[in-house]
Amino acid sequence: MIIGETPPPSGAFGVDAIAMTMRFGDFLALDNVELKVRPGSFHALLGENGAGKSTLVKCIMGYYHATEGDIIVGGREQAIANPKDAHALGLGMVYQHFTLVPAMTVAENLVLARDDVPAVVNWPKEMKELEAFLARMPFKVPLSAKVSDISAGERQKCEILKQLYLKRRFLILDEPTSVLTPAEADEVLGMLRDMVVKGELTILMITHKFREVMAFADEVTILRRGKLAGAGKVAELTPDAMARTMIGAEELTVQPPRTGEAGKARLELKKIRALDDAGAVAVRDVSLTVCAGEIVGIAGVSGNGQRQLVEVLAGQREAESGEVRVAGDPYHASREEMRRHRMSLLPEEPLKNACVGGMSVADNIAFREFDRAPFASGGWWLNRGAFRDDAKKKIGQYKIKTRTPETPISALSGGNVQRAVLARELAGDVEVLIAANPCFGLDFAAVAQIHAEIMAARNRGAAVLLVSEDLDELLELSDRLVVMFHGEFVYEGRTSDADLTVVGRHMAGH
Amino acid sequence: MADGSIGLWTVPLAVLGGAIRVSTPFLFVSLGECITERSGRINLGLEGTLVMGAMSAYGISYVTGSPWLGVLAAGITGALLGALHAGICSLPRVNDVAVGIALMLFGTGLAFYLGKPLIEPTAPRLPAIDFGWWSDVPQVRAALRVNVLFLIGVALAPILYWAFRTTRWGLLIRTAGESSDAARAMGHSVLLIRLRATMVGGFLAGIGGSFLSLFYPGSWNEGLSSGQGITAVALVIFARWDPLLCLWASLAFGGAAALGPALQSVGVTSGYHLFNAAPYILTLAIMIITCSPKRTLTGAPAELSITR
Repeated sequence: MIIGETPPPSGAFGVDAIAMTMRFGDFLALDNVELKVRPGSFHALLGENGAGKSTLVKCIMGYYHATEGDIIVGGREQAIANPKDAHALGLGMVYQHFTLVPAMTVAENLVLARDDVPAVVNWPKEMKELEAFLARMPFKVPLSAKVSDISAGERQKCEILKQLYLKRRFLILDEPTSVLTPAEADEVLGMLRDMVVKGELTILMITHKFREVMAFADEVTILRRGKLAGAGKVAELTPDAMARTMIGAEELTVQPPRTGEAGKARLELKKIRALDDAGAVAVRDVSLTVCAGEIVGIAGVSGNGQRQLVEVLAGQREAESGEVRVAGDPYHASREEMRRHRMSLLPEEPLKNACVGGMSVADNIAFREFDRAPFASGGWWLNRGAFRDDAKKKIGQYKIKTRTPETPISALSGGNVQRAVLARELAGDVEVLIAANPCFGLDFAAVAQIHAEIMAARNRGAAVLLVSEDLDELLELSDRLVVMFHGEFVYEGRTSDADLTVVGRHMAGH
Repeated sequence: MADGSIGLWTVPLAVLGGAIRVSTPFLFVSLGECITERSGRINLGLEGTLVMGAMSAYGISYVTGSPWLGVLAAGITGALLGALHAGICSLPRVNDVAVGIALMLFGTGLAFYLGKPLIEPTAPRLPAIDFGWWSDVPQVRAALRVNVLFLIGVALAPILYWAFRTTRWGLLIRTAGESSDAARAMGHSVLLIRLRATMVGGFLAGIGGSFLSLFYPGSWNEGLSSGQGITAVALVIFARWDPLLCLWASLAFGGAAALGPALQSVGVTSGYHLFNAAPYILTLAIMIITCSPKRTLTGAPAELSITR
């Protein structure tokens, strides 16, 4: 049977995945998992990183071929060999990483996504049709703008609009709100919820935000380590019950209580200005003071200059103008200064920004001190034994899961790479800690451990600058909250007094 | 003296004529490389493709008596070399830059080996159109003897510019070059798109080679190409992957290459070799002016191995 010839069912339809098992070599990613999404429902798929959520939906979309199991679409069993088959059945997926082409316009991206792109595109006609389509949709996007020029929220709307433009009736959303402000998330999910209620759409949403599950989903399926851990109606569950089902019996590191008051100014930024890779101004003359024993959180939707600011502090980017002072001394991110002021860095994407992937865990852990005693004699002769001993000690202390200290660090999971960086950066006394999205994409256990370490560093008197796209993380950890928008700090206040609506509005630039 | 009447005007005229004559191989190779790079792959082997194209065009033209069959043969040879490059690059963990350098050496070496018997004979050459008929001045007439291939190349640049925006294939090539994830998510085979783009790029580079052996300089020998193929690859970079800018850049390079001979013809002989180096100095100067360690190149396809 040629799948393309079956007409897609009209209106919402359901999808069932039955007894799905997926093996990658020795690794069992999915073990006899069942997922039932009723037609016209909003279904949430919960699970930690590595629980098999992505593998499951990729099997449904035809990216992977399940070792065992069946997919039933709209009541009929279907063999989905590739994404094109899934699209022909009316299944669509919005990925966590955007699949829009940044260098092209929104209109080009929409037309390009069709299966029947004409050999020569009649742009005036297409634009007219696109405008007519947008007029029927509850949210708007600028058609002629380049995708690289629009905000993350608009991109996410584009991704969803693209699926609707392609007349998909069953949407899989992979963490759709991770780049949106809370208000934007509510707007997008609320609009999708309306379409579900009208019976036009069925939605399966991968997420880890309980707030969204409680507010928008009808039913939930929870996976843990490749197995079905639970399923049921959201109305009958509490966030606590869902979290326990997700994590299982694993014990989480307990975060120490906030103790002590902020001391003297430790890290001072004065009118820092920095450019992005394309030469445009990304950071506009920002000033900020972080005191000892204080966590200052920088909130903001990604792409508002946070990355460039952190790169300036990490020495990865030269500031155009402005000045950084640490404990009163000028600071230019040299190794000597970092050492003298006990600066620690937890940059985002640690494998890329804080590690050499091909070098061993032991080497990576020793980067800060590798040419000093006890790792080296005379500044040049390296003592491999000292590397190994130190690594072994820290691997135990920070619960890094690695086969040996000699394993290349790129072979470790994201959580364990971050634990290794944590072991290197936080092992000694820390006076200044700069962390950027330190928990992005990590599981509960790693997140709890990292949060506990950051709080402990603060309590010991470190000045902590925490840049994060996760507002919940900032509200939990920081003493003071700053919002960054278009390269400027547009809001500053004590976290205990922060009003979520006000913060969200500033994040969106209003 | 016949040229006494125009005096120093000889130099700009010769540069103009040179721009038209010398630029043709630059133009074809850079347009071809533009297509390949927009799909997300660099083919540095186009120097080899150019020389192979020149050799096969000359051979086929000599055997069949038709220079146009020679041009076609050059294109096909180029497309085959392109397919070889794309095929090797499709394998996992293969670096396209390294493969390109290998194919550059392979192409030139193979062309010299196969082309040994072609150094002596004379093959029929491509015709030219005389746009200088209105003038009595021989320099003007010489400068305006324009080959048909040049006109095709000039027409090709805006056609490509249009095609990248408005055709299905243009959009697909750009998608593969800007975001292979996006292309895959739409269910397209990135390797297949790049294979075709590299073959078309090779086809055009081969035709560029046929111009060398069949029109200017118009014979087959081992010193035929003085690195036009590799220069054209650099040219694509500062033309910002824009076919129209490729046209202007090719003309500028052609003109620069004609500067040395033109000055010599009016009696400026000192620094002859220095003036001959003009295109290379131009390359360096433009690279230094347009590149910065602090920012990425604007317009660079995001999937290129050099920009990633």
